[in-house]
Order: sequence, then C-alpha cells, then structure tokens
Amino acid sequence: MLNIIWLALLVGSVAIAVATGQVREVVVSVTESAVSAFKLALGLTGIMALWLGIMKIAEDSGLVAAFTRMIAPLMRFLFPRIPDGHPALGSMAMNMVANMFGLNNAATPMGIKAMEDLDTLNSRKGTATDEMCMFLAINTSSIQLIPAGAIALLAGGGSADPTVIVFPALIATCVSTVAGVTAARLLSRMRRFRDNSEKGGKDERLA
Amino acid sequence: MNGLPEFSAAASNAIFLAFLVGIPVYGFFKGVKVYESFVEGAKEGFEVAVRIIPYLVAILVVVGMFRASKGLDLLAGLFPDIMHSLGLSPEVVSLILTRPLSGGASLGLLGEIIAKHGADSYQARLAGVIMGSTETTLYVVAVYFGAVSVARTRYAVHAGLIADAAGVCAAIIICLAFFA
Repeated sequence: MLNIIWLALLVGSVAIAVATGQVREVVVSVTESAVSAFKLALGLTGIMALWLGIMKIAEDSGLVAAFTRMIAPLMRFLFPRIPDGHPALGSMAMNMVANMFGLNNAATPMGIKAMEDLDTLNSRKGTATDEMCMFLAINTSSIQLIPAGAIALLAGGGSADPTVIVFPALIATCVSTVAGVTAARLLSRMRRFRDNSEKGGKDERLA
Repeated sequence: MNGLPEFSAAASNAIFLAFLVGIPVYGFFKGVKVYESFVEGAKEGFEVAVRIIPYLVAILVVVGMFRASKGLDLLAGLFPDIMHSLGLSPEVVSLILTRPLSGGASLGLLGEIIAKHGADSYQARLAGVIMGSTETTLYVVAVYFGAVSVARTRYAVHAGLIADAAGVCAAIIICLAFFA
C-alpha cells in the first residue's frame, strides 16, 4: 500500500504541477521537506530520551507489569497472540493512556517503545506483524478523549462555546477506533495479507 | 461547559506530571536506582530519532510535493454538488484530504476555516470534530514503523485510512444531527 501511495504522490504531484503551473513550487518544496524531516526527527530526540528514560524506570519498578495485569482483559481481546505479561502489553497500554489524555509528547516515545517490544516477537524483521498493524490502527484512529488542539483554535477564534465539539468528537472517535480495530482484524484474515512467517519470501512480492 | 477548556488543560497537566513525577517516585520506593535507570533508558532516544529519519524523509518529501502542486485544491473541488449537499465547504474537503498527510497543515486549515466562516459556524464545528476524531496516519506509520525499521507495512495503512474515513463519515453525520 505504501509503495503505491508513495509513488502516486510522487508522480501525481509532478503531473499536477505541470498542469497547474506549480512546477517551481514543487521543486522548491522537495529540499525544504527533506530538511524539515531531518529537523523533525532530531527535534524528537530530547522528548524521546526523556520519556524513554521515564519508561525505563516504570519498567524496572514493576509499574508496567502491574499496569499490564490491570488492563489484561482488554489487551487479550485486542492482541490475543501476545503472551501474558509481555512488556509490549504494558508499553502499548501506556501509549494508549497518554494518547487518550492528549499527551502527544509522551505518547509517541511510548508508542515507539511499544513497537520495539512488539518487534521482539517478530520472526520476520522488516515486516509488520498483525499485532503491529492492530496497534497502528488503534493509534491512527485517534483515541484522544478531548480534542485540545481544535478547542484551543475555536476558543482563539472567538467562539462563544468552543467545547460544543467535545461530545460529537468523542462519538466520532469511538466510531473511528471501532472501525480501525475491526478493519485490522478483518484484513489480517485476508489471504493477501496473511502472516506467512514460515514461508519466508513468497508473499513479500505481493506486499 | 465553558469551564471545560481550563479543566481539560488542568487535567492534562495533572496527568503529565503524574507520569513524569509519579513514576520515578514510585520507582524510588520500589528500590529502583531512578537516576541510573532513567539514563539507561534515555540513551536510546538519539538512536531511535536517527533510525526514523529515512522513513520521515520518504513520507514528508512526497507529501510536501503534493501540497506544493496544489493537487489537494484540485481534489477538493471535485463533486461540488455532492459535497454541498453533505454540508461540506471546499475548505472542509481540503481538511479531510490533508488530515492523514500532515498534522501541521490540517491544523492550519482549521485555523483558516475558523477565520473565514467564524468560530461558531457549522463549518468550523464540523472541521473541529473531524480534527478531533482523525489522525495523521502517514506520519504515525512513518515514525512508528521507522523506529523498528519496518518498511513492509502490510495492511497497517489500509486499516489506518479506514479508521480515518470512518471518523470523517461519523463526524459529518453527527454534526448534521447536532449542529445543522
């Protein structure tokens, strides 16, 4: 999928740019985006180090394990193949909690930690596991309880009641999360996405 | 309801500090050498950041090119009659299309919609709900999979985009019911 999206954006941009006369802007944007991608990654370093450090304390103190036991039923439903008590369950749960409360700065490093923990269960490095896809689906479906960014912009724009969007957004978020989880579950059963870890390279051409 | 922004900001701060301070304090009482443990974990920060650079460059460059080509404006102008009957202005359609590609750009678009239609307008509320119920899917995929050097993402992008689409549809229907 990413191969197709990536190439479509790449070729499509140039084709559209030729049609709309935006060729110069597109050319300029390439260097700008590449530089800003690098800056963005480096900018993440400080926050990443901070929260990975805190996560390590949480892990060493047994807090992650305790938390994992607490939310085990939910996690067992979402990730039935991860063994009980595996650290990935804890780091994923902490990422979800941080996401729900809109702590994006903390959620990303915790999510990355979760991906690394999930990767320890990955028999085919470089290829996503079903659990990684499910975790991504949950993360990209936005499980934030209160859309703080949008509320702040509405309030800044002089809205008399910026929080009217909280309840509608909450329902929409639930719908998107349920859809994401369902989609991940159904797609994992489709033949073309089946996780043929034993067969090795055969299905890689399809992916 | 007017107190909610302050309340939500206060709750966010409280939870932030609970994580940041609570975890080390708990660790200390459990006999963890908190400083040593922190540094040990934090060491990985730079490594992870460097590891995701290629993935971020790949995604952000093509997204940047697409935005510069004004392709989004072109797509947002398609099917004006259908969009209009759903209560979607061209700006909101732009926002929907931009959302999975770029978080910063979609927040910018929300700002523009608020400035153009007013903060209490239907379009602004709809845009706010859409922002609150969707995520920058391609960015999240690049960062999370980049951190573990996964390039074969199988159906993760599909599932993410389906979630986004469901969020947008839900937002449109709910806003029609609540605000129209």
